[in-house]
Amino acid sequence: MASAAQGNDPTAARITPKVEKVESSEHSATASKKDAPVRFQISHLNFFYGPKQAVFDVNLSIPAKKVTALIGPSGCGKSTFLRTLNRMNETIRHSRVVGDIRLDGQDILQMDVVALRRRVGMVFQRPNPFPKSIYDNVAYGLRINGYKGRLDDLVEHSLRRAALWEEVKDYLHKSAFALSGGQQQRLCIARALAVDPEVLLLDEPCSALDPVTTAKIEELMFHLKDSCTMAIVTHNMQQAARASDFTAFMLDGKLIEHSETSKLFTTPHDPRTEAYITGRFG
Amino acid sequence: MERHFEHDLEELKRRILWMGSLVERAVHQAVHAVLDAEEPLAEAVLSEEDAINEMQIEIDERVQRLLALQAPMAVDLRFLLAVSRINGDLERIGDQAVNIAHSAMRVLRHPQVKPYVDLPRMSELAEGMVRDSLNALVRGDQDLAQSVLQRDDQVDRLRDQLFRELLTYMMENSSVVFSAFELVMVAKNLERIGDHATNIAEDVIYFVAGRDVRHPALDRR
Repeated sequence: MASAAQGNDPTAARITPKVEKVESSEHSATASKKDAPVRFQISHLNFFYGPKQAVFDVNLSIPAKKVTALIGPSGCGKSTFLRTLNRMNETIRHSRVVGDIRLDGQDILQMDVVALRRRVGMVFQRPNPFPKSIYDNVAYGLRINGYKGRLDDLVEHSLRRAALWEEVKDYLHKSAFALSGGQQQRLCIARALAVDPEVLLLDEPCSALDPVTTAKIEELMFHLKDSCTMAIVTHNMQQAARASDFTAFMLDGKLIEHSETSKLFTTPHDPRTEAYITGRFG
Repeated sequence: MERHFEHDLEELKRRILWMGSLVERAVHQAVHAVLDAEEPLAEAVLSEEDAINEMQIEIDERVQRLLALQAPMAVDLRFLLAVSRINGDLERIGDQAVNIAHSAMRVLRHPQVKPYVDLPRMSELAEGMVRDSLNALVRGDQDLAQSVLQRDDQVDRLRDQLFRELLTYMMENSSVVFSAFELVMVAKNLERIGDHATNIAEDVIYFVAGRDVRHPALDRR
């Protein structure tokens, strides 16, 4: 179902994976958070696709109202990791999560998945608007959540937050497919923002976009930090450097290094991080 | 497969070392113009000044181009930033050499004030600091860079010693004031060369270890 991809659809069909808990007395975090409150605390996270382990004992804290970038070569587990944060991986048969993921101290594996995805929205690499009007795309999540207020106002507000309002305000009832790729991606962001998520997960949101649209989305992320925590998977090192406050480098399913972005890109501690970001492997 | 960018970085390193060798030679010739009373050495320094300045511009352009086109990260970024600063320091050392060469030409018009004892020692120290700071850059050797920092105090002490000694000569015999003053200027320029070598060594430590040691009280890592 398309809305499942947006991460906030209560009707999304899912296959509940086997979940194993580990007791964790400490939440290690390698980055200096300078007292930023933690939104997500991930401890000893392991993820399996059937017998194949994709994420190995990841400990990471994601600070509130900051952008955390996940970088690493293809297949390193960063998208898998991101998708565990709103339990999107549960749609994959025989998947298995072991570990502890807490959102504001609450164990997400024990939460109602619909409520979780309302709080943790997601935007994907390829824009995936519904085959509906621009207006209905944004209003969709609100309607199914039984929103009783003025839809028009909230649709406009969401489109403004996604920096799309000025471009579409006269065409709200046109098909979303009439928009350009960059506009469609911002529409997907507006759709995710409409239900006012606390966290937005972005999985390579700009990989199919031109530099101007990419800059718009990065600018949008910067402004959204006032109200929203973001985690972004990107292959574009410059984007991670420009748009994030913290960066985590993953390799072979393991978290190798996590620190403030300005530090990681100038003085990384781990030689593997240095080799990757300087383009000497990967 | 060697990346094109690495080839460009190696070429940049070769160019900054070439500039360093021009500067080292200029300092050596300028000081020996005084010590050996060889005016042609001073003239050679003046004739090399343009070449050093041109190197500075060329290296700056290379750094700018690599920063803009390659968007370097981590050790590559630190190397480019270090080279950019070292480039400025080398050019300034070249200027100090020119100042010494001018002083040499003026000193040589007068009888020698005193036997040169501390000046050769000071020159040897300062030249050694420049040479080792550049060797540290080539080898990525932060211990060698650190040893350069430790030598700066010795150069400063020799300068103070020379100042005091030359002042005594000037007070005893006013006819040597002009030459003695020029020697004070030579010592002052050598001391500044030591400072620039120190800057280069600090940049090497930044490049190798990512530590900014320019102001120890603010050393944050």
